Amino acid sequence: MVPGHFSTKRMSIIEAIDVTKIYIMGEIVVHALRGVSLTVERGEIIAIMGPSGSGKSTFMNVLGALDRPTSGTYSLNGQLIADRSDDELALIRNKEVGFIFQTFNLLGRHTALSNVELPMRYAGVTSGRKERAIAALEAVGLGDRIHHRPNELSGGEQQRVAIARALVNDPAIILADEPTGNLDSKSGSEILDLLHDLNQSRGTTLIFVTHDSEVAARAQRIIRLLDGKIVEEIGVEV
Amino acid sequence: MNLFQALLEALDSLSSNKLRSGLTILGIVIGVGAVIAMLAIGRGAEETITGSINSIGTNLLFVFRGGSDEVRNPDPLTLSDANAINDPFSAPSVVNVAPFISGDIELTFASERAFIHGLGVTSNYDEIRNLKLAEGRFIDEAHLLGRSAVVVLGADTVETLFGRTVGVIGETVRIDGQPFRVIGVAEPMGGSGFSNPDKQVYFPLTTGQIRLIRRRSDRVDAIIAQAISADAVGQAQEEIASILRIRHRTSIGVDDFTIFTQQDFLETARTITNVFTIFLGGVAAISLLVGGIGIMNIMFVSVTERTREIGLRKAIGARNRDILFQFLAESSLLSMLGGVIGIIFGWGLSSLVGAIASASDVDLAPKVSLDAIILATVFSAAVGLFFGLYPAKRASDLEPVEALRYE
Ligand SMILES: Nc1ncnc2c1ncn2[C@@H]1O[C@H](COP(=O)(O)OP(=O)(O)OP(=O)(O)O)[C@@H](O)[C@H]1O
Ligand SMILES: [Mg+2]
Repeated sequence: MVPGHFSTKRMSIIEAIDVTKIYIMGEIVVHALRGVSLTVERGEIIAIMGPSGSGKSTFMNVLGALDRPTSGTYSLNGQLIADRSDDELALIRNKEVGFIFQTFNLLGRHTALSNVELPMRYAGVTSGRKERAIAALEAVGLGDRIHHRPNELSGGEQQRVAIARALVNDPAIILADEPTGNLDSKSGSEILDLLHDLNQSRGTTLIFVTHDSEVAARAQRIIRLLDGKIVEEIGVEV
Repeated sequence: MNLFQALLEALDSLSSNKLRSGLTILGIVIGVGAVIAMLAIGRGAEETITGSINSIGTNLLFVFRGGSDEVRNPDPLTLSDANAINDPFSAPSVVNVAPFISGDIELTFASERAFIHGLGVTSNYDEIRNLKLAEGRFIDEAHLLGRSAVVVLGADTVETLFGRTVGVIGETVRIDGQPFRVIGVAEPMGGSGFSNPDKQVYFPLTTGQIRLIRRRSDRVDAIIAQAISADAVGQAQEEIASILRIRHRTSIGVDDFTIFTQQDFLETARTITNVFTIFLGGVAAISLLVGGIGIMNIMFVSVTERTREIGLRKAIGARNRDILFQFLAESSLLSMLGGVIGIIFGWGLSSLVGAIASASDVDLAPKVSLDAIILATVFSAAVGLFFGLYPAKRASDLEPVEALRYE
C-alpha cells in the first residue's frame, strides 16, 4: 500500500509507513522512532500519548515536515516528503501545517498582530495581511489584544496568539505538541475548546500530544507510543 | 519578504538592543572616519605641495650642472649657455631665460644679523618666478650693467632685520660687510623648506659675481627657462638639451647637465603624496577591518541568542534564504549606519586637523573628496556584507528541529 505521487481528493491527509528516526550522537545511536505507521483522514482529531522520551515530539516533527525520517515513507496531503529540498519543506510547512508548541514560541519583540502576520509574510502575501491577521486573532477571542506584546499577555492568551498564527494560512493540519502543558487546567481546557471549535468550523485536521488522559479522551483516536513504537490505538478509524 | 520589510525588521531588532548596536557601530564609525580623514589629509597635503610647486612659476625648466655618473668633469653652466638658450632660432619653445648664482651670505643692519641664502639674478628673474614686490622695484638692466650695490629683500628677511615690513626702501644693509641699498621688498610668497623665497635676498648677478659669491669668468649655478606653453615644455627640454650638448661637446647619453621640468617636480610630489595617502588610508582601513570583525562577533552572538527564534521562523515557513537575508540586513544596516556616521566623523576630524594646522601656521587644508565618501560607503557596506555573511549563513543552515530545541 504505497501512496502514489499524485494527489486525489480521497487520499488521506497523512500517510506514514514504517517511519524510523535515528539520532546518532557519536558512539550512541538513539532510535527515537522504530517503524511507525499511521494514516489520518481529513478532519480527524488525534491524541498522541506516551511516556517521556517515547518519541512523541520526534513523530510530530516528522508529521509537520520539520524533520526528515531516517527511513520509511511519509506523505502529507498527497505530497511525498522524502528527498524534498529545504525550501520545498519550508513551503509545505508554510501552506499545510500549523504548529503549536508547549512554550508558545512567540517573537517577543513583536505584537500579537505582527506575530500572526509572520506566516503570511513568508508566504509572500502582501495585500489584506493585516485584515486576515486581525480576523484570526478575533477567531481566537483576542480581538482586543492585537497590539499587545507576548510579555503583556497571559499564558493562555499567548497560546491563543500561537493558535491564531497556526491557522492564519489556513493549513490542512494543526500539530500541537503539548499545547496545554504550560497552562493551568482552566485555560488549558479553553485552549482545547478552541482547537475543537476550529476543527468543527473549518474541518482542520488536529493532532495533539498530551500527558493528560482526560484531555486525550476528547480526541476521536488515541495513539500510544512507547520506545519509538505505536503500542496501542484506541478509537475508531473513520 | 521584500528588502524594505527586511530592513525595517532589522532596524527594529537592532534598536531593541541600542547599547550593543551602538558599540558595534562605533567600530565602523572609527574605521570609516579614519579612512575619510586620512584620505582628506593626503589630498590636502598634495594640494599644498602642488600649489607651492605651481607658485614658483609656470612651465619652468631648471638646468643644473652635472648629469650621468660617467661624466668626470662636467662643464659648468655659463652666461653664454643662457644666452644660447635664449636664442629664439635655436630654442623657439623657450620664451624667457634667467641664469642665477647663489650662495650663503651674512646680512646685517645695525646690530641685527642674518645668515641667509643670496641670489645673484638677472632683471627678468621676478617675472619668471612670479615674484611680486610689496614696495620699491626689482633689479633692472642698469643695475646689472653698473654692478650696482642694490638689494631686494624677501618678506621674512625684512621682518627679521628691521622688525617691520614697510618703509625700508633706501635703507642701507651690509652683505658680507659691504653696503647695499635696499631698492625693493618682495611680497610674502608662502612656501617653506630648503628654498623659502621669503627668506632670501636678491642682488644683480654681475654684482654678486665680483663682490659676493665670487664665480670664475661667467659661470652660473643654474639656469631657469620658461616654455611658451605647458604643451611646449617637452619640446623646450629637447631644444635646451641639444643646445647644451653642442656647446659642451658631449656625446648623446652622457649629458653633463640635468634638466628638471616643473612637471617632473609635480609628478614626484604626486607620487610621494600618493604613497603617503595610500599608507595612511591603509592604516585606517585596518581599523575598518577591526570594526568589521566587531560586527561579525556581535552577529554570532545574536544568532546564538536567537536560535529558537530561527527555529520558529523556519517552522512557520521561512526558507533558508529568508533567514540569511534577515541577518545580512542587520549586519549591513549596522555597517551602513556606521558608514554614514563615520563620514560625518571623518569630516569633523579633517576639519579639526585643518584647524590645528592653520593654528600652528602649517599650510595644510584637508579636503574630503566625493570619491573618498563613495569609497568609504561602498567599503563599509561591503564590510557589513562580508562579515555578516558567515554568521548569517550559520543561522540559515540551522536545522529547524535542533534550533527549536535550543535552550
Ligand atoms: N536531536 C536529538 N539528538 C539526539 N537524541 C534525540 C534528539 N532529539 C530527540 N532525541 C531522543 O529521542 C528520543 C525521543 O525524544 P522525543 O523528544 O521525541 O520524546 P518525547 O516523547 O517528546 O518526550 P517528552 O514527553 O519528554 O517531550 C529521546 O530518547 C531523546 O533523547
Ligand atoms: Mg516532547
